[in-house]
Amino acid sequence: MSKLIRMDQTGHSTIAQWTPSDPDSVDAAVAAFRAELDRGYLAMVSTGPGHAEQVRELPVDAPLVILRLPISGG
Amino acid sequence: MAVEAVPPVAVLPETARVHWRPRVDDARLRRSALLWGLTTAAHIVPFTGAAVLLMALNPVALPVALVLVAHAWVIPELYAQRGANVLRPRPRAGEDPERRALGLLGDLVDHDARDLHAQTGLVLEPGRLGTWLVGEGGAVLLHGRRRRAYCYCVRVDGDAVESATGSRELPSGDRIAHLLLALRADEQGFATVANLSFCGARWRLRRRLAAPMRPALARAAALDSGSSTPG
Repeated sequence: MSKLIRMDQTGHSTIAQWTPSDPDSVDAAVAAFRAELDRGYLAMVSTGPGHAEQVRELPVDAPLVILRLPISGG
Repeated sequence: MAVEAVPPVAVLPETARVHWRPRVDDARLRRSALLWGLTTAAHIVPFTGAAVLLMALNPVALPVALVLVAHAWVIPELYAQRGANVLRPRPRAGEDPERRALGLLGDLVDHDARDLHAQTGLVLEPGRLGTWLVGEGGAVLLHGRRRRAYCYCVRVDGDAVESATGSRELPSGDRIAHLLLALRADEQGFATVANLSFCGARWRLRRRLAAPMRPALARAAALDSGSSTPG
């Protein structure tokens, strides 16, 4: 089962879980994904050791999608 | 002449907010190192020269000469301290959020990096520009043959997003995970968005780091020694 999680003050929260073969769970996950992007979160997917990629659409086949906040110079 | 195809680089979206900054690359890192070196020399040479001159003119001026030498020593140390501050731990969140965040961070890194983080609080991340040490408030890049240290200050926006915990702070593991994911997505973009707090000799930074963090710097330097990037 794939997971959409958001890094937040609780450590992290699971926003959605889906199975690619279950269209209802995918639709719910896509809706949750878009809502988080609208809130200003950025979605990241690990693409191998030391590599990550930002995604703008929910990658349904990815096992884990992580939502992070933007960064800026401190 | 055949030209090797270069895969398109995904640009960190945060770079749009600093569109006036040139994208950081090897040449720009070398230029920064040169400028910081000249600035350090500009602080050290006049004070030291004046101290020598005073002593040559009249040895009675020894106390004043010592003050000048102290200035020549302290000013670069203050810069190095500013650099070391990017790795300084931030206030802890609650025990449960910290544990959850640490679990996620542990999923993002390998076994060696997990061990090093447990010992030092820093995550070692090899990159194309050099070797990175990622902390809660920024990251240090060791670049080039001389493994010069570039200290980048970075913050996570939206720390104050309302939460059921009532806490305004992200747990330490999440802070590092935010920076790590951004770094992995676009290393040059990460360095472009971040503010360069210090660039200088690794030994100067090491002296200002908390003792538990120093092994991480040594490990990163050893890893970076294999880099072929000129420095």
